[in-house]
Amino acid sequence: MYQSNITITLRPSILDVQGKAVELGIHTLGMTGVKNVRIGKSIHMTVDAASEEEARRVTEEACKKLLANSVMEDFTYSITKL
Amino acid sequence: MSQSTLKFGVVVFPGSNCDHDAYHTVKHVMGHQADFLWHKEQDLKNSDVIILPGGFSYGDYLRTGAIARFSPIMKEVIAFAKNGGVVVGICNGFQILCESGLLPGVLLRNRSLLFSCKHVNLRVEHSESRYTNAMAAGDILSIPIAHGEGNYFAEPETIRVLEENGQVLFRYCDEFGAITDESNPNGSINNIAGIMNSTGTVMGMMPHPERACEPQLVSTDGKRFFESLINSFVLQSA
Repeated sequence: MYQSNITITLRPSILDVQGKAVELGIHTLGMTGVKNVRIGKSIHMTVDAASEEEARRVTEEACKKLLANSVMEDFTYSITKL
Repeated sequence: MSQSTLKFGVVVFPGSNCDHDAYHTVKHVMGHQADFLWHKEQDLKNSDVIILPGGFSYGDYLRTGAIARFSPIMKEVIAFAKNGGVVVGICNGFQILCESGLLPGVLLRNRSLLFSCKHVNLRVEHSESRYTNAMAAGDILSIPIAHGEGNYFAEPETIRVLEENGQVLFRYCDEFGAITDESNPNGSINNIAGIMNSTGTVMGMMPHPERACEPQLVSTDGKRFFESLINSFVLQSA
């Protein structure tokens, strides 16, 4: 069994309006040094797989087919053995 | 076609909320046949036109339209579309068509971050489509929008192809038909409000023409959309 932790964010070329709004909020609190706020999704799942390679393959397939939309999003993930 | 009326199939996903509006309009206002198609069905009931209605299919979880596209009925809708069938996606239906790859691009969060519910002006780009043949280029339609994620985005190359092929059917405009940033309610590239695929059979739009077909609903401009669509089929006189 493997733990798969996925992070999905809007591609850098896309204006993240939520991130901009949150950045403004942080600045309002006085933390004016905070820049480039990007909001994404964090998806955690366990994968019943025989090897790390298989867990990686399943995770990538799930990301490409459903979890992320490549027109607007990028994804990264980490796999750890449970 | 040896029939006097068209048969519309209105897909119902869990969370659809404009399915009855679409059904009412095509059946009671336009006078054609309509059937609801539950998302778990795998039969399009010989529909001539499939409508993917507005709403919040699957609660908009993950991304708008992302889960609906895997509903059993969508396998049939995709096969129907790939075979030249006519498919219309309105609002959430447009989002589902983009997620399923039947139309290019995606609908991002409105740049205002607000859910926007109001009448907008749409400029008709040309009348050379099955969706606009009862209109003229430059006509201005008053049609309501109701969405939080209608900000149309696609890669520059995709936009270039859409524009060059005349696949952009409607743009947000001001009351005089000018395409301005102020009249763009969501941040869509080039003020794009509605597009069709390269063969002109599949179309999607964020505004709701089905909610603008009767005088008591402020505008009847939406009827011209459905009239165009119905004109595009050769029907026997009743």
